[in-house]
Amino acid sequence: MRLAELLAEILNGLQYGLLLFLISSGLTLIFGVMRVINLAHGSLFMIGAYVAYVIAGATGSLWLALPAALLGGALFGAVLERGLFRRFREREHLDQVLLTFALILLFEEARAALLDNQFHSVAVPAALDFSVPVVGDFAYSAYRIAVLGICLFVAALMFMFVERTRLGSAIRAAAENPEMVDLLGIDARRLHTLVFAGGTALAMLAGALAAPLQSVYPGMGDGYLIISFVVVVIGGLGSIAGAFWAALLIGLIDTLGKAYVPQAAGSAVYLLMACVLLWRPSGLFARA
Amino acid sequence: MRSSSWRGNLLLTLAALAIACMPFYASPYHMQLASTAMIAAMFALSLQLLLGGAGMVSLAQAAFFGIGAYSVHFLGRLPGGAPSILLSLPAASLLAGTAALLIGPFALRTRGFFFLMTTLAFGQMLFFVFHDTPLGGGADGVFIQRPALTAFGFGFELTRANRPAVFVLVNLAVLTAMYALLWRLMRTLFGHALLGIRANEHRMSAMGHDVLRLKLAAFVLSGALAGVAGHMAALTDAFVNPELLDWHRSAEALLIVLLGGIGALHGPILGAFAFTLIGELGQSITERQRLVEGLVVLGAVLLLRHGLAGLRWRRAVPT
Amino acid sequence: MLHVSRRRLLGGAAALALGRPAFAQGAPLKVGLMLPFSGTYAALGENVAAAFELYLQERGGRLGGRTVTLVRLDDESDPAKAPQNVNRLLERDQVEVLVGTVHSGVVMALVQAARERNVLLIIPNAGNDAATRELCAPSIFRTSFTNWQPAYGMGKVLAAKGVKKAVWVTWDYAAGKESGEGFGDGLRAGGGELTQVLTLPFPETNFQPILAQLPGLGVEAVGSFFAGGSAVQFVKDYAASGLKEKLPLCGSGFLTEGVLKAQGAAAEGLQTALHYGDGLDNPKNIVFRAAFQQKTGRAADVYAVHGYDACQLLAIGLDASKGDARAIKPMAAAMEAAKIDSPRGAFSLSPSHNPVQTIYLREARGGENRVIGIAAEALADPGTGCKMG
Repeated sequence: MRLAELLAEILNGLQYGLLLFLISSGLTLIFGVMRVINLAHGSLFMIGAYVAYVIAGATGSLWLALPAALLGGALFGAVLERGLFRRFREREHLDQVLLTFALILLFEEARAALLDNQFHSVAVPAALDFSVPVVGDFAYSAYRIAVLGICLFVAALMFMFVERTRLGSAIRAAAENPEMVDLLGIDARRLHTLVFAGGTALAMLAGALAAPLQSVYPGMGDGYLIISFVVVVIGGLGSIAGAFWAALLIGLIDTLGKAYVPQAAGSAVYLLMACVLLWRPSGLFARA
Repeated sequence: MRSSSWRGNLLLTLAALAIACMPFYASPYHMQLASTAMIAAMFALSLQLLLGGAGMVSLAQAAFFGIGAYSVHFLGRLPGGAPSILLSLPAASLLAGTAALLIGPFALRTRGFFFLMTTLAFGQMLFFVFHDTPLGGGADGVFIQRPALTAFGFGFELTRANRPAVFVLVNLAVLTAMYALLWRLMRTLFGHALLGIRANEHRMSAMGHDVLRLKLAAFVLSGALAGVAGHMAALTDAFVNPELLDWHRSAEALLIVLLGGIGALHGPILGAFAFTLIGELGQSITERQRLVEGLVVLGAVLLLRHGLAGLRWRRAVPT
Repeated sequence: MLHVSRRRLLGGAAALALGRPAFAQGAPLKVGLMLPFSGTYAALGENVAAAFELYLQERGGRLGGRTVTLVRLDDESDPAKAPQNVNRLLERDQVEVLVGTVHSGVVMALVQAARERNVLLIIPNAGNDAATRELCAPSIFRTSFTNWQPAYGMGKVLAAKGVKKAVWVTWDYAAGKESGEGFGDGLRAGGGELTQVLTLPFPETNFQPILAQLPGLGVEAVGSFFAGGSAVQFVKDYAASGLKEKLPLCGSGFLTEGVLKAQGAAAEGLQTALHYGDGLDNPKNIVFRAAFQQKTGRAADVYAVHGYDACQLLAIGLDASKGDARAIKPMAAAMEAAKIDSPRGAFSLSPSHNPVQTIYLREARGGENRVIGIAAEALADPGTGCKMG
């Protein structure tokens, strides 16, 4: 096991994990606060990536695409919540599962109709299009390091928001006990719209960040969807801290596993989930 | 869930007879279509036990279906060639049921959303096992070479001409048996207990029922039945591939149950035929399959609260 | 009208036709084009179909004395739906010849149908070895390649340059593994050695774990097989990791086929091996490219060549059997003996019905895969395990 290799794999794992965190944090909040299941969350990731592709392609700059994905995501999420998910809050799980499953299909069709079904690559911003020598022969892409940094920054912002602000504590309260929210005098509906918008924005930001790393293509969100569910299960419903550590853990296990034990790597993450379910079914960081 | 009344049973019997006579009047293509619909019905019935029975929404069902299908492939590679269907069918359901037994204890430590997510995750894990390892012959799938249908030592050489007809009858037989089994099961204490769990789990627990064991039993049985459906699919299509285990197929199964009506045991059968028919019609109208499917799902969720089975009964029947 | 949509066909055949249409001289011959017209491979499917139609048009829409109607079916590159799709073509639409497809999982359903029902199948792309090896059949032909062929050419080139040790990077699926074998065989033929095959699960694009391992493996070159968008990602990632200068990357031509623009500078100088390339100046190619450009507004690529040659091959067969698509023996005999005048250069078929063709060495320069040499001359796939009576 060479040092250069190991270092590179760890960096990869962290970067993947942090991207995963962006996606799962929204998911865990949406579950926790709204008790709504959204299978289309992976599609939001894809939409963010395609937004990056379109905007970066049109303007030549990814830096414009990122805030566009973030703000556009917030808007899109708010619209989705007000228009669709609000009506389905009371429905059974089955209805929600199928509704969001239908959304996946319709989003894919919309993408096919508006754009196409091809792979498209998105250029790394020129300013970051170089490699930073790490150890020995191996150089690490500067853009990937930037993604690492951006994700950490967003994570830090989220922590501060949730722990230090009033709105943040309202969200935490709602995640622990949805019924309490009304009693505390907080407008539950506004809160839901906010949470959903936030979750959507984060997922789309993640997609936009990931676009130069893995190209945009149909169904690119599928893998992230499942894994982010695993993150939520392991981290605990409604817990941002849980999502953070679970995402990092999974990112590292998955990446190191694929590098050193490829055949088993696919299942490693699920075995971890099985262990957590045995030991702490409500998640490692669930607030009791 | 309610089981069909004598009128419903009569209709079902007539439909079964109509299908049984297909070799006399239907084209090979339509017989194949009927087989596809019946296998979808078996798959949905297995899920109905969980969903309409115990109220558990699972996304792992396709994984058990796929395991049942792949078991046909595995058995065919044993020395001695493909075994009698009297052996392969129980073997498939056993294999699938065992997988459910291994996953169940973990998944059942969760409820509601978590249960959904864990079944989704475990189902995908099984998908990856078949997709990424040499176990399943790889990502492209494998053919069942020269499938023969043997029972009681009689080998039924399947030619291109008689295959569709033979399989229509065999699938009809299996579907009927499965329906009858579930019909009987829902009338037993076990069946009633499941319905009780769906209605109010806490109350059942307070009444002293071992809810966990009951749910596990339902999970395993439903997995085994899904394996039977998968087994029939493998025999009928003579082809298996990892996508059979993908969670999207589980979601489709949920849709079929919803489409037909959770409240009725025969709902899945209605839903399966409707789904297959819609798929066929959609295929001839447009190439945008996903759009059709998405709209169908939306329509079913928004409009058909009680599914197609619920449409029949104009009187308000509380479910 | 050469082109009949399924819609019209269904409308016309509303009364469920039960019997098989009696073959009558002059009755239109239905050819089923089962290709991906949606999804990731849509562009390939469209090019194959367009080029197939192009040759048909050159023959005035008639082959073997019969008018040919094409029935298009979108297989969505979905193996799970493949058996049903094949049934649709054969039973519902009553096609007499099958042409398809791109995805190797889907083509297996076509192969099975061709073997079981003795229907003529011409494969215009899918390269899985099995179709012309252990699953070969008198009625199955291919006008494209086996995964083994181009990679063998690449391995041979490397060995000739003096490379002793190389690795192969690809997805863990049939196409990746089979091309890896070809690469290894080519290397070995020249005295080199394929030390390892590094794979990642299909269709992942997270190449980082593998890229990080490469420097430490003690090899002199890296061969690879990826296609489409992932080829873009891989080549770009490879360059970004700083390996391109120290550890040359090469591979099967699909690595740079149709994706050079997207790959940009990262692909410059990359050498690949394929049975087609830019700058081939044989007269047939020049005419073909012009005609294809005029018909579709796009430049022809290797997939178009496959489709064009598929129709040429079908024409040879049908001419020999005077339009009877069920007369496999005379058709096969003619097709086996044929020499196809292809834009890639003339080729004939091996005993297992796969092209015996020249594999060119190409270098990516300025957005083109320029042919700079020959990797392997008249290369035939070994056809191991093919038993045809």
